[in-house]
Amino acid sequence: MAAIPRTAFQKKLDHRKLKGHIFYALCLIAIVIALAMLGALLYNVLSAGLSRLSWDFLTNFPSRFPERAGIQAALIGSIYVVGSAGILAFTLGLGAAIYLEEYSNRNWYARIIQVNIANLAGVPSIVYGILGLEIFVRFMDLGKSVLAGSLTLALLILPIVIIAAQEAIRAVPPSMREGGFALGATRWQVIWHLVLPYSFPGILTGVILAVSRALGETAPLLVMGALTFVPFAPDGPMSRFTVLPIQIFNWVSRPQEGFHVNAAAGIIVLLVLLLSMNAVAVFLRYKFQKKAQL
Amino acid sequence: MEQVAGPKWKKHLPESVIKLVLFSCATLSIFTTVGIVSVLLFEAILFFQEVSIFEFLGSTKWTPLFSSKSFGIWPLITGTMLTSIGAMIVALPLGLLSAIYLAEYAPNRVRRVLKPVLEVLAGIPTVVYGFFALLYVTPILRQISGDISVFNALSASIVMGIMILPMVSSLSEDAMQAVPRSLREAAYALGATKLEVASKVVVPAALSGIMAAFILAASRAIGETMIVAIAAGQNPTFTFNPLVPIETMTAYIVQVSLGDTPTGTIEFKTIFAVGLSLFVITLGMNLLSQYLVRRYREVYE
Repeated sequence: MAAIPRTAFQKKLDHRKLKGHIFYALCLIAIVIALAMLGALLYNVLSAGLSRLSWDFLTNFPSRFPERAGIQAALIGSIYVVGSAGILAFTLGLGAAIYLEEYSNRNWYARIIQVNIANLAGVPSIVYGILGLEIFVRFMDLGKSVLAGSLTLALLILPIVIIAAQEAIRAVPPSMREGGFALGATRWQVIWHLVLPYSFPGILTGVILAVSRALGETAPLLVMGALTFVPFAPDGPMSRFTVLPIQIFNWVSRPQEGFHVNAAAGIIVLLVLLLSMNAVAVFLRYKFQKKAQL
Repeated sequence: MEQVAGPKWKKHLPESVIKLVLFSCATLSIFTTVGIVSVLLFEAILFFQEVSIFEFLGSTKWTPLFSSKSFGIWPLITGTMLTSIGAMIVALPLGLLSAIYLAEYAPNRVRRVLKPVLEVLAGIPTVVYGFFALLYVTPILRQISGDISVFNALSASIVMGIMILPMVSSLSEDAMQAVPRSLREAAYALGATKLEVASKVVVPAALSGIMAAFILAASRAIGETMIVAIAAGQNPTFTFNPLVPIETMTAYIVQVSLGDTPTGTIEFKTIFAVGLSLFVITLGMNLLSQYLVRRYREVYE
């Protein structure tokens, strides 16, 4: 009985196994293509821009001559705008997350906010630029200033901060809160002395990732009206400004080769900033995980 | 818990103030949505008082910045579809295969290294991808075929596909990881090969999550701005040819913002009509994705 189907089965099995091997190879190829693209991108940027990096490049202002142009205005603009956007989003986002997790009891209003936040996270960033232009620049009459730019970016990253902070707060074991309540602490005392210290590294990680997203954003600030050529560093919240990604965009759009080299050098500076922020986030998460295991 | 805190509540005025402050923070997100919708609607209504909605949705010529103005949004929509579909053609197979590799084949140690490395792709600013598309991918494509313009949808699509790949792979992998081990083991016990388990058990079981990932990635591609603004051109053309310059909805908004269009003019108001269309399309896709996850989630207990 075994003899007849066995050969047919064996043939079929070989065929099935071969298909499996081919599929495995395809999976590997897909991963390799993705990694190769990442490698090609980094290699091209580094080989084009590395030689252009110098102290002068960091401290000069933009110029009609590529070899004299620098990124000081854009770098300081980015630090001002993204830094204040981060602080704003951290404060407001943490507040919203605490309300949703600790106070709302998942009522209908909290559910609406939750759905709303999920949808806001999917709104294209350029739409936030239109919002910033209308509400902050024109309606509130802040002008195309550092303040208007950071408010726009703060709204953009707010959903990311809220979602990350909610996850961190949710990871605090309920027994901790119950212990606090049993000792007669008020709700806010429990949050301030128990929940927040425990979840803080997680919240901070989320904020850093959100800020690194803001640091790379170009479109919303372009639409809001940030300048593309700024020969001065911003000196206050009402000053006009540019940011690093917009400076890079401006250089990429020019036809001259020299500006493309500048764009590559600017990208290296931007990626170094992003990578170091991400490294801090990874470090925090690692420390947090170790603490949580204790 | 409530009983202990309850009677003390009135003595603690600060407690209720704090609650009110936190409540306002949470409510701010509602105001953001209201702000977006009302800004877009308000200005778009002003626009549609001057331009009929039939011309907007019926004409295939988009020339608001020229002297003979025509306001048919279709060239911007086909431009957006062209780049987004192109990006999905790149990202779907690569992302799904990567996800299957990570979820089914990769040893734990390899996965722990590969996943964050792939996610680096998602963290790279889009202006960097634009640089890469215009200055490296396009020249390579032009060496392969001389018919390709300097600005074209193909190069932007390829690079945008790489950008959204981590989104597809990461979300699909999460969906596949959620498929219980017992289902796989049952299939192996019946003598299935690894491919058969992946393609006939794991992927179908995780399909709602995978579809949701695809739709989210497509919505991301539609809303993506800098890659297409840099590499795809600024020629609103009603075409499905990926080799010629086109213009997407997002690139058009950037083009108007960069120019010195005075506020209040009909040229300026176009960005709100285009922005509203973009918002409606992406919102619809995001809602569909959330619906798919909720409605078709397989629950294994």
